[in-house]
Amino acid sequence: MIFLALAFYMFASIAVIAAIVVISTHNPVHSVLFLILVFFNVAGLFVLLGAEFLAMILIVVYVGAVAVLFMFVVMMLDVSIAETRDGFLHYLPLGLLVGFILVIELGVIAGGWNFAPNVEQNFIAQSIGSSVTNTEAMGNVIYTHYIFYFQTAGFILLVAMIGAIVLTHRTRDGVRKQNVGDQLARNPSNTIEVKKVSSGSGV
Amino acid sequence: MLEIGLSHYLVLASILFTIGTIGIFLNRKNVIIILMSIELILLSVNVNFVAFSSYLGDTFGQVFALFVFTVAAAEAAIGLAILVVYFRNRGNIAVENINAMKG
Repeated sequence: MIFLALAFYMFASIAVIAAIVVISTHNPVHSVLFLILVFFNVAGLFVLLGAEFLAMILIVVYVGAVAVLFMFVVMMLDVSIAETRDGFLHYLPLGLLVGFILVIELGVIAGGWNFAPNVEQNFIAQSIGSSVTNTEAMGNVIYTHYIFYFQTAGFILLVAMIGAIVLTHRTRDGVRKQNVGDQLARNPSNTIEVKKVSSGSGV
Repeated sequence: MLEIGLSHYLVLASILFTIGTIGIFLNRKNVIIILMSIELILLSVNVNFVAFSSYLGDTFGQVFALFVFTVAAAEAAIGLAILVVYFRNRGNIAVENINAMKG
């Protein structure tokens, strides 16, 4: 029990500190790296909560794909760091004010909520505590009870992929490309011209 | 204090949510960090989902967190694509004059 508490406080404190660094550091590359640190620590918290599948998804998909995509864009765009820091202190009071109001509101909610009286009746997949593993329990409901949501998630990813390609694709002029059809359509009769050169006069 | 309950995770999620919201306000010149703040906000929501799922003993919270991850990944891809096009046209990524995109 003491180990669980220590692990929770370690993961939680590192996640919060890294999140603060993400929004306040000068260098976007450091921002992305600390975002990866946040993801790793939250994955550790998910393991503590018994959600091993989501912890692995977080590391594989988020650290492996999304954070690397961020890193790719940060390195590809040549953004001057000094320019992007203008107005940081200018917006700090407003940001802290909004954050303060948000903390107050979340505190009011945290002080006043409790579970609905018959919350157990709404449960669909009571698997935690039984013998099946976390991944198996999720698979049991994703592919049966939530199949349409799952398909919709797949469509959302497809639309995002097509949208990203359509947005960033551009046709540039003056690029020499290989055209296989043109190459195969050539034949000697329309590409080779035989000249009769009279002797001694040149072409 | 040493007994980690649901409220600990909710407090952590609200701290991460607030940090993400403040990050949106602080980084008006850098859209990349705003996108990262949105990722932080979605992550804190997922912490909430997983914590409730774990403490209620129902898997649905984790399934929903999976869908939130899906949408977050799609949003990051589209957002970064828009950002690349915007940078190509204007040469900076300041969000203050991003209303030049309309119409």
